[in-house]
Amino acid sequence: MNDVAAYRRTLRLYTLGLVLAVLLTAVSFAVVGLTALNGPGLWWVLYGCGALQVMVHFRCFLHISLARSHRHDLWLLLFSGLIIALMVGGTFWVLLSQMARMGG
Amino acid sequence: MSDLHGWLLGRLSWDALPFYSAIATVAAGVLVAGVLAAVLFIAATRRWGYLWREWLTSLDHKRIGVMYVVLALVMLVRGVIEGVLLRTQQAVAINNPGFLPPEHFSQLFTTHGTIMIFFMAMPFLTGLINIVVPLQIGARDVRFALLNAISLWLTVAGAGLVMISLVLGRFSTGGWSGYPPYTEPPYQTGVGPDYWIWALTLSSIGATLTGINFATTLYKERAPGMAFMRLPLFAWTALCTSILMIFAMPPLTVATLLLALDRYLGFHFFSNTDGGNLMNYINLFWLFGHPEVYILVLPSFGIFSEVFPTFSAKRLYGYTSLVLATLAITVLSFTVWLHHFFTMGQSAGVNAAFGIATMLIAIPTGVKIYDWMLTMFRGRVRLTVPLIYASLFLMLFVVGGLTGMTLATPPVDFQLHNTTYLVAHFHNMLIPGTLFGLLAGYTYWFPKVFGFRLNEHWGRVAAVCFGLGFLLAFMPLYLLGAAGMPRRLSVIHQSAFAPALWVAEAGAVLLFAAVASLVVQLIVSIRQRDHTRAPLGDPWNGRTLEWASPSPPPAYNFAVLPAVHDRDAFMWLKEQGQAYRAVVQPAPINMPRNTPVALFIGAASFVAAFGLVWHIGWAALGGVLAAVACVVVRSFNRHTHQTVSSAELAAEHNRWVAAVQAAEAVNRDLELDPRNRGRAEPTL
Amino acid sequence: MSPRHLHPGLNHPRSPEAEQAEVGSSVFGFWIFLMSDALVFALLFAVYGTQVHATGSGPHPAQVVNLPSALLQTGLLLASSYTFGLASLALKFKAERPGLASAWLCVTLLLGLAFLGAEVHDLVDLYQRGAAPQRSGFLSALHTLVCMHGLHVATGCLWLLVMLVQIRVMGLASEVTSRLMRLALFWHFLDIIWVGIFTVVYLQGARL
Repeated sequence: MNDVAAYRRTLRLYTLGLVLAVLLTAVSFAVVGLTALNGPGLWWVLYGCGALQVMVHFRCFLHISLARSHRHDLWLLLFSGLIIALMVGGTFWVLLSQMARMGG
Repeated sequence: MSDLHGWLLGRLSWDALPFYSAIATVAAGVLVAGVLAAVLFIAATRRWGYLWREWLTSLDHKRIGVMYVVLALVMLVRGVIEGVLLRTQQAVAINNPGFLPPEHFSQLFTTHGTIMIFFMAMPFLTGLINIVVPLQIGARDVRFALLNAISLWLTVAGAGLVMISLVLGRFSTGGWSGYPPYTEPPYQTGVGPDYWIWALTLSSIGATLTGINFATTLYKERAPGMAFMRLPLFAWTALCTSILMIFAMPPLTVATLLLALDRYLGFHFFSNTDGGNLMNYINLFWLFGHPEVYILVLPSFGIFSEVFPTFSAKRLYGYTSLVLATLAITVLSFTVWLHHFFTMGQSAGVNAAFGIATMLIAIPTGVKIYDWMLTMFRGRVRLTVPLIYASLFLMLFVVGGLTGMTLATPPVDFQLHNTTYLVAHFHNMLIPGTLFGLLAGYTYWFPKVFGFRLNEHWGRVAAVCFGLGFLLAFMPLYLLGAAGMPRRLSVIHQSAFAPALWVAEAGAVLLFAAVASLVVQLIVSIRQRDHTRAPLGDPWNGRTLEWASPSPPPAYNFAVLPAVHDRDAFMWLKEQGQAYRAVVQPAPINMPRNTPVALFIGAASFVAAFGLVWHIGWAALGGVLAAVACVVVRSFNRHTHQTVSSAELAAEHNRWVAAVQAAEAVNRDLELDPRNRGRAEPTL
Repeated sequence: MSPRHLHPGLNHPRSPEAEQAEVGSSVFGFWIFLMSDALVFALLFAVYGTQVHATGSGPHPAQVVNLPSALLQTGLLLASSYTFGLASLALKFKAERPGLASAWLCVTLLLGLAFLGAEVHDLVDLYQRGAAPQRSGFLSALHTLVCMHGLHVATGCLWLLVMLVQIRVMGLASEVTSRLMRLALFWHFLDIIWVGIFTVVYLQGARL
């Protein structure tokens, strides 16, 4: 009995993930393909949708949550996110500074 | 005909043989003769079967660790000989060409750096972590035993590639950091950079896997009661080094793979034309390179944190601050990479930020130095070999730290960049910091692994030679660098540099004597092992769990997992009189069976990498396919484990307990006496 | 911690607790690997970002991006993520019918292969239009990033194939389900990387 409820709950989670992901993807492609939106507005929409969709995938497909029982997965993700932010952000900072000064 | 040759052997031809310089020919000859001699010796003593069954196919973390250390010591010998050759060339080539052609000199400084970092220091520290960490945390094995062996054999494959480059072809002349565009095809058409790329790629994949393995082991496999704040400091540093390996090796892998794409397929990542940007490489390389420095030094910090309390007979001072300092260094190490290229064109603001971040690291490191000194303070200090290394480290490492602060100041760095001042600085960090720590650990844990102690006299000779040799070899380089001498000069046209270079040469000779003493020590120790046996397991009155087992420990480490009640878990057990207890009916243990799969994967990777180096398509493709096939076939094997029965466990354990109880407990005055069989008198 | 909650949607409720803990720590180890791998991709994205204007004499981003094809690939990969989810569900709740899980895994494999086909078609097309990776720093970065992801998907497909055989040969033994859990993580992870690729490379590229 309990199994049936858990089955339905998990199935709903996957389906919710699929629906949200399709919606966000559709918005991203539509903004680029169908509208003339440009400049910072466009980047906000694109990167916003992208970031949201990444979170949807983590939550619905990879089952990352704030629940105590998988805190260590969450901590691992956050620490990895920090390192990635440091490395990618630092790379842009350093290389764009060089390019600006050297006309690259 | 030439088509067939190209298909069969790629670019390999008679020209690959090392007849371009007498020294290269001799080196290749020595290598070939050495390998042949080793093979024949093992065959003559009929030990191939033993070697295969007990070592090459072993998944036991202690044996894997020993094989790592053996690899490291072999590579250490080659690395030191190369260092001596470099110093000798600089000492004699003043206003004359010396004895090494420039191209060969450049190969030597490239292999010296590559070997010392990737195939000496890394395997050495990985080996010690392998041997000690599972014992220290009260685990039976690492979490992924087969993966551990795969890491080992990938590292060996990388080292094999560097070794075979002595005999076939020439190594890169682009330095250990391999900066493009000089390592791009237009400037180095030969196979040198390819050797370098694939050797590093293999070893960095091995190191990443090691990091994953030990992070999981330390996170999930600790004995009951072993909370994080009870982890021995060495285990803490192993955890932080693992984290660094997980996140610092990928930038290296990416850098070498992109360089390979440039070289093999004509991509434009780092080329001078068509949108390539060499700064991307330099940035990626140091994203790896700086955390790498802490991968190298943190385990040594951990070893010193074990050695100081043990040989001062005191609890470690400031445990919490040491843990916090280690964690702070781990995170900060990802924020300083740019200080390796202050001079390469970014704005002053960027330089200032990275300079400040660099200086911040000195704070946690300084905390550690004080903690170690205060651990010795009012302790009952025994100046044995590990503590001699540790004391040398305390004094010399501070000098290196201070010169690091000067280099972290961008305007000063503009003057000192790429001078021998920098060479002196990083040798000052890596010899007293990394190597002395590893040698201290080697001496300290040797009796745990083999059941007998190393010879103390030759150990002291080696330690003193290392200390003096280091001072003589590198202090003059600070002066020369400040006077403007660039690094990597094969010929010197400034006579005023000569006296300092001669002093440095004397230091290099002493360092060679130190390595020779290590070899002598090992031989003497093996011959006299009946006088130094300590099979009962605790020769130094140890404080942590690795000493709570016989020496050598059984494959499963502990018949019953020890319960942990204190930071100094084993000392607590001894003080409570619970250290040596017989067991009744322990639960049977499931242990992994030996398997040659990891060795096959390493061999296949070696073939693939060799094929890539020489553009032999069938070898490259075949090697990769064989490695994948090994993994797939292995995954169908369901008989990967065997059970050690309860009766067997109880018999072996209780035999040891009986032997301990029958033995005389020795006090610390008899530490180096033959009577020290490994049972320590409790010091209260 | 009750064993039911170790990895919801993926854990196998019928196996004993010790086995659960072991599977849990294997899965944790695999998570760490994924994070290391994520960093590889992050760095390739960073290299791409710094090279995106380094077009040399070659075409600009907007000239090489094929949006309909990118949309098709996105759809295929997203669908495969969902079908893998259904396979995981079948493994957990319908373990008495291994055929059901195998069926969903087969669908996932076909979707993955279709994705690879579309991607290869796209890259061949670029090559024929003179947008080969040897043309410029930008194209080198683009091809490397996309092919790295494709290589991962291909590895995933091979892994899936092996697992399908293992289900046939070994049934739903604990090592098989444990491997399937890790493969599921790998597969969903690759979909996340793809979100980055279609956003940064294709959609942003179309407007550069």
